[in-house]
Amino acid sequence: MTSQWKHRDLTQVRPYGDTFDDGVIQLSFSLPIPPGEEAAEAARQLVVKMGLHEPSVVHQQDLGEDFTFVVLYAKTRESVDVTRIKVAKVESARMSFYEINAFIEERIGRKITILGACTGTDAHTVGIDAIMNMKGYNGEYGLERYPMIDAYNLGSQVENEELVAKAIELKADAILVSQVVTQKDVHLPNLAELVELLEAEGLRERLVLVCGGPRIGHELALELGYDAGFGPGTLAPDVASYVVQEMVKRGLG
Amino acid sequence: MSKLYLDPKQVSRARRAASGIADSLQSFILERTTVAVERTVLRLYGLDGVDADFVPLPNVVVDQIKEGGQLARGAARYVINAAIQRGLTVQEIGEQVADGTLDLLEIPMADEATIREKGTELANASLERIRANRRKREEYLQTLGEGPQPYLYVIVATGNIYEDVVQAKAAARQGADIIAVIRSTGQSLIDYVPYGATTEGFGGTYATQENFRIMREALDEVGEEIGRYIRLCNYCSGLCMPEIAAMGALERLDVMLNDALYGILFRDINMQRTLVDQNFSRMINSFAGVIINTGEDNYLTTADAVEQAPAVLASQFINESLALRSGLPEEQMGLGHAFEMSPDLEDGFLLELAQAQMARELFPKAPLKYMPPTKHMTGNIFKGHVQDTLFNVVGAMTHQGIQLLGMMTEAIHTPLIHDRQIAIEGAKYVFHNMRRLGDEIEYKRDGRIVKRAHQVLGEATAILEEVEGIGMLEAISRGMFADVLRTMTGGKGLHGVVKRADDYFNPFETLLRVELGLEAITR
Repeated sequence: MTSQWKHRDLTQVRPYGDTFDDGVIQLSFSLPIPPGEEAAEAARQLVVKMGLHEPSVVHQQDLGEDFTFVVLYAKTRESVDVTRIKVAKVESARMSFYEINAFIEERIGRKITILGACTGTDAHTVGIDAIMNMKGYNGEYGLERYPMIDAYNLGSQVENEELVAKAIELKADAILVSQVVTQKDVHLPNLAELVELLEAEGLRERLVLVCGGPRIGHELALELGYDAGFGPGTLAPDVASYVVQEMVKRGLG
Repeated sequence: MSKLYLDPKQVSRARRAASGIADSLQSFILERTTVAVERTVLRLYGLDGVDADFVPLPNVVVDQIKEGGQLARGAARYVINAAIQRGLTVQEIGEQVADGTLDLLEIPMADEATIREKGTELANASLERIRANRRKREEYLQTLGEGPQPYLYVIVATGNIYEDVVQAKAAARQGADIIAVIRSTGQSLIDYVPYGATTEGFGGTYATQENFRIMREALDEVGEEIGRYIRLCNYCSGLCMPEIAAMGALERLDVMLNDALYGILFRDINMQRTLVDQNFSRMINSFAGVIINTGEDNYLTTADAVEQAPAVLASQFINESLALRSGLPEEQMGLGHAFEMSPDLEDGFLLELAQAQMARELFPKAPLKYMPPTKHMTGNIFKGHVQDTLFNVVGAMTHQGIQLLGMMTEAIHTPLIHDRQIAIEGAKYVFHNMRRLGDEIEYKRDGRIVKRAHQVLGEATAILEEVEGIGMLEAISRGMFADVLRTMTGGKGLHGVVKRADDYFNPFETLLRVELGLEAITR
């Protein structure tokens, strides 16, 4: 038995609760029906239809207006082969503040210009501010602090047209787009539109285009025609490391 | 007796500086009007509806007067003149301007005294509707009662007013005291108010008068059923600030976000425009018995909460002084602040406690609006629930007025129906279980909490005195607030600002001045 802890079979991975391969899953959701035995049974049946077994309703709560919140545990027999998983990831090495500035001096030989903006109707600048603002976030300076980077934070609710015009005016090397409001996928057409505008202006190949936000990943970014996407927890050096290495790789110096 | 041993002399120094700042702003404000203020006058006269292109009639009428170069004299003058000369109602006037059959500037002017008399008479009738709403609220509070403070405040944000109603009623049954309908993202920057019931929005639901009415009716219904008055909150901020304040007054909203500085710094709205708009908005809020909520908490989401604490306090003092000049009583000042320090900070809880207790002592009658952690919420919903719990503990210990409940799913999505239940359940547990804890506690005179409060008050006083010296508008132009720099002529909405003519006519403003005891403050 001990060998399971040390030599794990990565071709068959199941959720772990407190015993190998128990497949325990915790779920919670609301149903648009009043609470009671019927609600509990409805939740159990739903979970079985999801392919889980041994469903157990541990809590239900009346939400009013004939809604019921349920918390359940259940188990799965399914497994995944982790050895066959391929995920698109940003591959560049992460450098520090000093390494990034030195890299720009040595490999690009001039200051680079990076624009950041929350585009469309999005007014939530907390993400772009964390990356751009002088003070940065969580102990990492923002791009405005980098001596070799001219960073422009255009703020919130910037129209794509305005952003492209600024990119031309300031001869931007990279554009960072932040999208926080993703309700009903409003961010997708907006992000795609920027790519189209840049292509129409013949700019797309001449700059590094990056998007970020709580519901954005690298894979989604690639699908939308961006060079890279950064999700939650990203800090300024993550983005800057990628941008400068990508510039060198593509000969954009 | 101050638990934080705050020096009353220091406090009055801070207040005196804030007062000086407000006085010089007020004289600037009273020399101007805006397209939004004039549209508000027309809305208060009962003008509503849209033209064939869905442009609201208040916009259509104000634009005609503005294009004719006469807005400086007040829109009321031309509309009331048309009512006298043509025997039309304000609504009929709006409709005829919209279909192109009426040019208000071509009608011969009745004599000034007749216009003023008729304008005042009609304005009085409109104000009566707001007065009746106020009475209705008081009656509900007497018959149904309300939850204990802090009021538990939750948001609904589906984009569809009818779906919002279902979630809002569920939240009221779960124990919420205030329901805020979040606006669709971007509404603050559109220079008109959308019309009618709306079922699509992004990150929220459009603020329209019909949406207000639908939600008010639903909350009254559920409130009567559960025996507790449920307050309704929306946002009179952005380019249509006073119009939405008027709509809120007409539809008996109870709480409204209202903060010009927030619009200037975080929405890049022109400072002249929004400060003038704010003054009239607050007069309406005040008369309608609406609690305003100010936006100081937002400084903390973009900059460091430990460093920005003095700026938050300074802004609370300024907002208090400005609100008093709009006739707003302290009991309606929901000054904002937030629990936004990094959870990794050692003894961060002590700093939060110091800030919240200080705000409580400095603004004893204000129903302080306390905002939950947002910036340091991570997607780890389980840790998030604990962060929200610590926030509730500070709220309980310092007797906040309005506790804007944190959601464990903050930073992931707008609240799911059970997110609110979990938040309310947790908050009720803390507030009930620790109800009088704050009354039992005294702080060490030379301890960290007391020292921190003194430091923040000292720095806030220094900020206020510096701002007083150079003037508020100049201070904003120099980037002294939230590290954001805005100029007098930059930002959105400046084209809608007009310097008042000597014979400017706005009977609502005149009547409200009397109602609110503001006659002493003249321009």
